[in-house]
Amino acid sequence: MERAECLEQIYSELDDKLVVTIMGACAQELYDLGHRENFFYLQHAMGLASSIGLGLALHLPEERVVVLDGDGSVLMNLGTLTTLARYQPKNLIHIIFDNGSLLSTGGFESQTTSGITDLAAIARGAGIEHVHTAETLLDFGEAMIESLEADDLSVIVAKVDAVGPDNYGMDFQLPENAFRFRRCILDKKSS
Amino acid sequence: MTVSYDNSRLIFEGIKAAGIRSISALPETWLGLLLQRADDDPEVDLIQVAKEEEAIGVAAGAYFAGEPHVLLMQNHGFLAAINGIVSLAQLYGIPLCMLIAVRGHWGEPYPWHTRGGIVTEEVLRSLGIPFEYARDPGKVAKQIREAHTFSESSLSPVALLLTRDLMEED
Repeated sequence: MERAECLEQIYSELDDKLVVTIMGACAQELYDLGHRENFFYLQHAMGLASSIGLGLALHLPEERVVVLDGDGSVLMNLGTLTTLARYQPKNLIHIIFDNGSLLSTGGFESQTTSGITDLAAIARGAGIEHVHTAETLLDFGEAMIESLEADDLSVIVAKVDAVGPDNYGMDFQLPENAFRFRRCILDKKSS
Repeated sequence: MTVSYDNSRLIFEGIKAAGIRSISALPETWLGLLLQRADDDPEVDLIQVAKEEEAIGVAAGAYFAGEPHVLLMQNHGFLAAINGIVSLAQLYGIPLCMLIAVRGHWGEPYPWHTRGGIVTEEVLRSLGIPFEYARDPGKVAKQIREAHTFSESSLSPVALLLTRDLMEED
């Protein structure tokens, strides 16, 4: 299963969600499907996408938040799973694309390679109840549907191949993405 | 030496008077009474993180959501949060109003705090983070309000350093 296929499968669902994605391949693949004003691309600060998602979810209980994370990023901020569990925002879906690799920085193996570290078990151990592991596109689609229906904090660990896009680039600057993302949220709040 | 009950109250009231109802924090001794107030106040959302860098992400989320937010941390927590400050807040122009308890400085009896205390100001300078010291209980509420105002107008991290003079009493 490729991450790009997963993203394509859920892309239409992201239309009305607030989406925070990690850097590199994941950000680019989402962007290549078509940028929306409700997408924020965290192109650095590895590990903090889920913390941004938590801040959004707790302050915007009427919105649904989807975080697109990766194994390398989550491993840099494992504490985030415990903070998510503690505050349990019902409106947050945390998708972790686990390719067992630090793909965007040279493809070195991560601690999840060959199943050494099980991120889903860590999420459960942190105290998150709804944790899914998806090995196939069908699993992933079902996990997403269940998470959307659960109305509770959900984590989906999606096992994907360590492949990414051939070309990188976006037609806006990073602060511009932040300004427009915030504007999109404030417009939603006031409408 | 004990943590000042009255000054902890003044800081908390200063945060609320600045229109801030959202606080992220990692508990530490000087912040304990302050955080207890935040926890007990139904008007205030207190989000306790496991490590201070998480709070940079939480603060960014609060900012995107249009909610005034303040971060409470010890200076060693600030040191632990630097990549988030640089590569999220400064990179994207996201304001942070940080209230930082400065341990390990003048009068510090505990050796383990001293190295962090000695480098804090220079690290703030090298990161280009504007800072002020809060020493006078009569001025701290105004300093909090001004720190928050400046962070939002400059789209930058700003630090108000909570000193021993303010946080401890005999």
